[in-house]
Amino acid sequence: MDPQAAKFIGAGLACFALIGAGIGIGNIFGNYLSGALRNPSAAASQFTNLLIGFALAEATGLFGLLIALIILYG
Amino acid sequence: MEQFEITKIVDLDLFGHDISFTNSSLMMVLAFAVIVGYLLYAMRGRALVPTRLQSTAEVTYEYIAGMVKENIGEEGMKFFPWVFTIFIFILVLNIFGLIPGNFAVTSHIIVTFALAAMVWLVATFVGFWKHGVGYLRLFAPAGVPLWLMPIIIPIELTSYLIRPISHSVRLFANIMAGHTMLEVFAGFAVLLPWWGKIAPTGFMVAFTGLELLVAFLQAFIFTVLTCIYLNDAVNMHH
Repeated sequence: MDPQAAKFIGAGLACFALIGAGIGIGNIFGNYLSGALRNPSAAASQFTNLLIGFALAEATGLFGLLIALIILYG
Repeated sequence: MEQFEITKIVDLDLFGHDISFTNSSLMMVLAFAVIVGYLLYAMRGRALVPTRLQSTAEVTYEYIAGMVKENIGEEGMKFFPWVFTIFIFILVLNIFGLIPGNFAVTSHIIVTFALAAMVWLVATFVGFWKHGVGYLRLFAPAGVPLWLMPIIIPIELTSYLIRPISHSVRLFANIMAGHTMLEVFAGFAVLLPWWGKIAPTGFMVAFTGLELLVAFLQAFIFTVLTCIYLNDAVNMHH
């Protein structure tokens, strides 16, 4: 295979990590929303935790994106 | 891509190191001037009943002060000026980057990595300064059975060492991905005939609104994580 083509395929495969980030972020916000609808008075106090969970879930996916960028431009 | 290119404005050389004044430096200096100018101008009256402009500055202050108190406690207020500077600097740089034609400083990983490395070094230094060698207990959480320690300690150590990377990549990747997305859709709008330009242009308008939210959210998350890392160092809560 042409090394250039293999590079692009590898970068594309590395982006699969973002599937997990998508699932994780959807999970966090979905669960927050269902929890907030059940008990709206407690929702505001958990907003910071929501964003921390969002940030941590996103970071794992972004590592994959970083690998893709390193493959492409590194 | 052209929008991420760094161009030199003034060529400077320090003992063989390239320290040229670039468009990136220019944006940072502008952001600094805007922040200082805004805060000084907004607070010039120092009125007990604030004007509208003064209350925007006060709301920003109270917001970050509340975040620091909530995450680190009263003791954390020592770090408040630093945390506030980080927040407002990243927020203003992110919003500056959204103005068409402007350079987005935070879309370069070296800038965000320098910020994240500073946060990590300060947190580690504060931890060792406050707790001495006892700070290493952070890697061996209480209540974990002894036979699990050989697994837990490497995991905790790795997650601690990877903090500056995850901290910086989050901000950089979000801003860079957003700007790339805008550029791709702008490319559609240029290439398509007139009837095709409507949809991509409308999408770009909507997406710029979303990017404004992301600009704030990422500055907020960067600051919250700074507070959490500092909390680990100051209180060693796990």
